[in-house]
Amino acid sequence: MPKITYIEQNGTEHVVDAEAGVSVMEAAVKNMVPGIDADCGGACACATCHVYVDAAWLEKAGKKENMEESMLDFAYEPKDNSRLSCQITMSDALDGLIVRLPEFQG
Amino acid sequence: MTHHILIIGAGQAGLQAAISLRQAGFDGPVTLIGAEDTLPYQRPPLSKAYLKGEMALDRLLLRPDAFFQSQNITLRLNSVVEGIDRASQTVTLVGGETLSYHKLLIATGAPPRRLPLEGADASNVYYLRTLKDSDKLRNILEVDGRIVIVGAGYIGLEVAAVARAAGRDVTVLEMADRVLSRMVGNTVSNFFQNLHRGHGVDLRLGAQLCGFTNKGGRVVAARLGDGEEIPCAAVLVGIGAAPDQGLAVDAGLKVENGIWVDESARTEDPAIWAAGDISNFPSPFYGCRFRLESVPNAIEQGKTAGLTMAGKEHIYDALPWFWSDQYDVKLQTVGCLPPADSANRHEIVRGDAARAPLSVWTFVGDELRSVDAINEPAAFLMGKRLIAARTKIDAKKLADPATELKSLM
Ligand SMILES: Cc1cc2nc3c(=O)[nH]c(=O)nc-3n(C[C@H](O)[C@H](O)[C@H](O)COP(=O)(O)OP(=O)(O)OC[C@H]3O[C@@H](n4cnc5c(N)ncnc54)[C@H](O)[C@@H]3O)c2cc1C
Ligand code: FES
Repeated sequence: MPKITYIEQNGTEHVVDAEAGVSVMEAAVKNMVPGIDADCGGACACATCHVYVDAAWLEKAGKKENMEESMLDFAYEPKDNSRLSCQITMSDALDGLIVRLPEFQG
Repeated sequence: MTHHILIIGAGQAGLQAAISLRQAGFDGPVTLIGAEDTLPYQRPPLSKAYLKGEMALDRLLLRPDAFFQSQNITLRLNSVVEGIDRASQTVTLVGGETLSYHKLLIATGAPPRRLPLEGADASNVYYLRTLKDSDKLRNILEVDGRIVIVGAGYIGLEVAAVARAAGRDVTVLEMADRVLSRMVGNTVSNFFQNLHRGHGVDLRLGAQLCGFTNKGGRVVAARLGDGEEIPCAAVLVGIGAAPDQGLAVDAGLKVENGIWVDESARTEDPAIWAAGDISNFPSPFYGCRFRLESVPNAIEQGKTAGLTMAGKEHIYDALPWFWSDQYDVKLQTVGCLPPADSANRHEIVRGDAARAPLSVWTFVGDELRSVDAINEPAAFLMGKRLIAARTKIDAKKLADPATELKSLM
């Protein structure tokens, strides 16, 4: 199973196994990784599942749709590598993915 | 006695309260009692991706089984509470078992209103609240024949969109003269009317459903006030929900369109809280009371109840917001639409009112009250901030398409 590493603001790392097909948000919630609220449950409606994707993985994580892009624009401290984690689907190609959590969810 | 916290209703609000209790450091026993037989799950996909067959069951679950073990939360599924005895601080389950509580949260939700018409108890008249309801509805989407949908609220319209995508003939009957009339203004209603008609939905506004023609225990046609009969294979009723407040009434708690609570979700009984679709709460921000049926409300209020029960005083003062997905359109709304007859109510539309993306900004005087954003999440998120900060907005500037939303802050 592909692995994801989530890194909290304070440096705490959570390494989880994620089934291919689930989103990076779902893998976090299932594995009790703190810091991803995901109020809308992955409907791309709330912008409370914001993460920063490690530079090495940015391209592999895929492209942002327009909706996601404009939601991120209004997230707390958006950066170039910001993504909504409910919009990244895990696959074997993403085995080893590293994402960092923001200080707050907007 | 151990400090036992009991939660009735293992839905969105009940689960959130349990999570927040643990996050707040409460380490005593927590029991979550649910009438359904599934782990707590999210309902929105039941009329959207799950109904379409695009989302597996385990993705509906709000938390995996392991969560309840690791957090030491006792989950009692398939268990229905039939009575609360406030004097002895106990609840009784169907079957007779009694459980005592130190603190109690009522989070029993709001099941669908039943259609009070003769013939509406037929086997092909459906409602949509639970996973089982959605599974049954999915089966009928695969059958031939027209589906009549009663009520053009969010659930009716979302199901209409899924049914059309599945190639079914759909008639929507709405008593009011526009769709979503309890939730949005005319501009947004118009947009959705055109959207559904454009997708081939036979949408009847101002429609009077008088009864059904039944054969062999099944509805074969819906009968309108003018005598027209609409032949159909199935009926979906989506005419709103009513809070499941019988337990609270019997226990003598104050109930008036939901269980009456304060801004910390506490009822007048200091040992009892209520949260989610079932509660009627005061909004400090708006200075009035609400009963809302939405996931964000269930989450925020569940959190408030959980934290306060754990001894961390917390106030629920979040702005109401909601979303709906129909075809390729996402509606996000934030704030509280002022009544149509409010003096000085006016709206500003950004974009072409007939085409997404667009947003509708409703004011009373110079105060922004609500924003409806259609495929325009930026307007939704910006509106949320502006309303929360009570920012005074230059209406001319807002109306100018050249204005960048960010410059309004
Ligand atoms: C089809 C559908 C689509 C929706 N779409 C959206 C959407 O897009 N966006 C949005 O924000 N909201 C949406 N909602 C609304 C949202 O799901 C609800 O507001 C939310 O689930 C309310 O949470 P709750 O905990 O108050 O109630 P629920 O989640 O309904 O949970 C209450 C639980 O209590 C149980 N219960 C009741 N009585 C008893 C008893 N006596 N003993 C034991 N258990 C009991 C019930 O079985 C139920 O499982 C939708 C709802 C439905 C039905
Ligand atoms: S979970 Fe709501 S936008 Fe990702």
